[in-house]
Amino acid sequence: MFEKILIANRGEIALRVQRACRELGIKTVVVHSQADTEAKYVKLADESVCIGPAPSRDSYLHVPAIISAAEVTDAEAIHPGYGFLSENADFAERVEKSGFVFIGPRPETIRLMGDKVSAKDTMKAAGVPCVPGSEGALGEDPAEITRMAREIGFPVIIKAAGGGGGRGMRVVHTEAALLNAVSMTRAEAGAAFGNPAVYMEKYLENPRHIEIQVLADEFGNAIYLGERDCSMQRRHQKIIEEAPAPGIPRRLIDRIGSRCAEACRKIGYRGAGTFEFLYEDGEFYFIEMNTRIQVEHPVTELITGVDLVQEQIRIAAGEKLSLRQRDVVLRGHAIECRINAEDPYRFVPSPGRITGWHPPGGPGIRVDSHVYTGYFVPPHYDSMIGKVLTYGDTRDQALRRMRIALSEMAVEGIQTNLALHRDLMFDANFVAGGTSIHYLEKKLAGLQ
Amino acid sequence: MDLRKLKTLIDLVAESNISELEITEGDGQVRIVKAPPPPPAPINYHAMPAPMMQQAPAMPAPVAPAAPAAAGEAPAAPGVPEGHVVLSPMVGTFYRAPQPGADPFVQVGDTVSEGDTLCIIEAMKLLNEIEADKSGRVKAILVENGQPVEFGQPLFVIE
Repeated sequence: MFEKILIANRGEIALRVQRACRELGIKTVVVHSQADTEAKYVKLADESVCIGPAPSRDSYLHVPAIISAAEVTDAEAIHPGYGFLSENADFAERVEKSGFVFIGPRPETIRLMGDKVSAKDTMKAAGVPCVPGSEGALGEDPAEITRMAREIGFPVIIKAAGGGGGRGMRVVHTEAALLNAVSMTRAEAGAAFGNPAVYMEKYLENPRHIEIQVLADEFGNAIYLGERDCSMQRRHQKIIEEAPAPGIPRRLIDRIGSRCAEACRKIGYRGAGTFEFLYEDGEFYFIEMNTRIQVEHPVTELITGVDLVQEQIRIAAGEKLSLRQRDVVLRGHAIECRINAEDPYRFVPSPGRITGWHPPGGPGIRVDSHVYTGYFVPPHYDSMIGKVLTYGDTRDQALRRMRIALSEMAVEGIQTNLALHRDLMFDANFVAGGTSIHYLEKKLAGLQ
Repeated sequence: MDLRKLKTLIDLVAESNISELEITEGDGQVRIVKAPPPPPAPINYHAMPAPMMQQAPAMPAPVAPAAPAAAGEAPAAPGVPEGHVVLSPMVGTFYRAPQPGADPFVQVGDTVSEGDTLCIIEAMKLLNEIEADKSGRVKAILVENGQPVEFGQPLFVIE
C-alpha cells in the first residue's frame, strides 16, 4: 500500500480523497494554487505545495508543477480527482514515466475512451448498445452528411469527438440547419479541444441519463455497482443524481451492467469508471465512458456500502478487487443535490466569502464539502461548493430526508442554488420519478 | 552557531522527550522550546524557519504558515527582511550553486544586476536558472541549499 499520495485537485474532491487516504493510513500531499492556500484540506494535509497562481492553466492544469511537487515530496502515487487532468492521457503517461503511480486507468485506456468516436467503436465491439449514428467521424462531403442524417432521422445531434461532459454538441432539427451546424461544431471543437473531428448521433427526444459504476483491477476482475439516474440537468451539467433509477426493472440494469463489466475485461480497464447511457423506452444507448471517479460517486457509496475512492487506491496499489459481483448488494435509495455558488434561477456565479455555513445533519445525511464559515469561494474555478446527500430505506424516505435537510441548511454571504433544490424536491414530476434529461430546462423555461 | 549544528539540535529536541533546551556557545545562545503536540500541522515549505539570527527560538514543526506569499504584496512575511523579495516561479528543489561543490551564484552582500542568475531550481530533472528581477544588493537568502520550494515562496531579498 502506498505511504504517500499526492492529491492533484481541489475543492470537495480533494477533501474526499484526503479522507480516504487518511483512513488507509496514507500520508497526503496536497497541491494547490495561491487561491486555495486557506483550503481546509490544505491545512489538514501532511504536506502542501503551492504550485501556481490562481488560474487553472497555471496551477491545476500545469503538469510540470504537479510532477515537481510529487518529486520534492517523494509521493508515490498521484490521485487526479475529477476534471482538470483526470482524463488527460498525456498527464497519466508523464506521471508514470516520472516514476509515480497514476491512480486511474492506463494512459492508453484513457486515450481510447477520451476520443468519443473510438470509445463508441470499442463499446460496439464489446457488445454494448450505442446510439445510432455516423460510423466514426463525419467526413467533408455535404451530400454524405445529409444522407446520413436522413438515414438516422431528425433530430440529430452533432458532437465533438474530443469533447464530452456536455461540451461541444449541437442539436439539429431540420435539414436546412444541418451543414451549418456541422461546420460550427467543427470549428468550436478545433478551438476548444484541439480536435475538429465531429460525429453524428440520433437525438433522443426524452431520454433519461442512466450510468453504470464499474470497478476493475489489474487481474481481469471487473464488477458493476448498480446504476445512477442523473437526468436532472441544466446545459448538460448534472444537478441532482439518485440511485437506484426509479422505475427501471432490475433485470435490465443487471443486463447492461454485466455488459459493462465484460467491456472492462475486454479493454483491460483498471480502476473506477462510469459508463454513461441514454435510456429510452426500455433501451440503453451508450454515449460515453468516464475514466475517473465522478462527482456523484457518493450516491453509489451510500447504497452499496463500498468506498469507491479507497477501492481506486487499492486497485492502483496492485490489490485484487475485494468484492465479487455477487457481493455487490444494493440497499435503499440515495439522492444527491449539488450545491453551487450561483443565483438559483439566473445561474450567475456567486463567488465570495461565506459568512455563515450551516449544513444539515442527522440520520441518513451526508455532506461532502470543503467549505466553512469564513471561506472565500474563489471565482477561478467551477461553482460547486458541496454535495448534500440523503439515504433512506425507500426513495420516499430519501426524498423526505432531503426536504428536511435542505430546509435546515443555510448559506450566508453568497448565493447558492439551495432554493432550486428545495423547489425540485417538491416538483410533482421529480417526485413521481423518471423525468428526462430535458425536464429541468423545460421547467426553468416555463418559469421565465 | 552554524546552521548544521542548529538543525541537529532541533532534530534532537523533536525526537526526544526534552521539552526545552538552552545552549550557550561562545557569543551565541540558542533556546529551543518544544510546543505541545500540535494537531497534524502541514509542512508549508515557505514557513520553515530560516535562521538568520543567532538567537532563534525554533519550533520542530511549523504550525502557522507565514502570510501567503502572493507576488508583489507589500507587507513582508514575518521573518522576511524588508526589501524586494524574489519569489519562486516554480515548484522544485533550490540550489545555491550551478553544481555540487561549486561556488554559490550569490552570497549575502553581493551586488546583482537584473538578469543575473541567483540560483537554480531543479524540477523534473531539469535545472532552471532563476534570475534577479531587480538590481541591488542581496540582503538575505531565505532558503537553504537542497530545500524544496513551492510556487510563490520567498527566496531572496534584494535592496
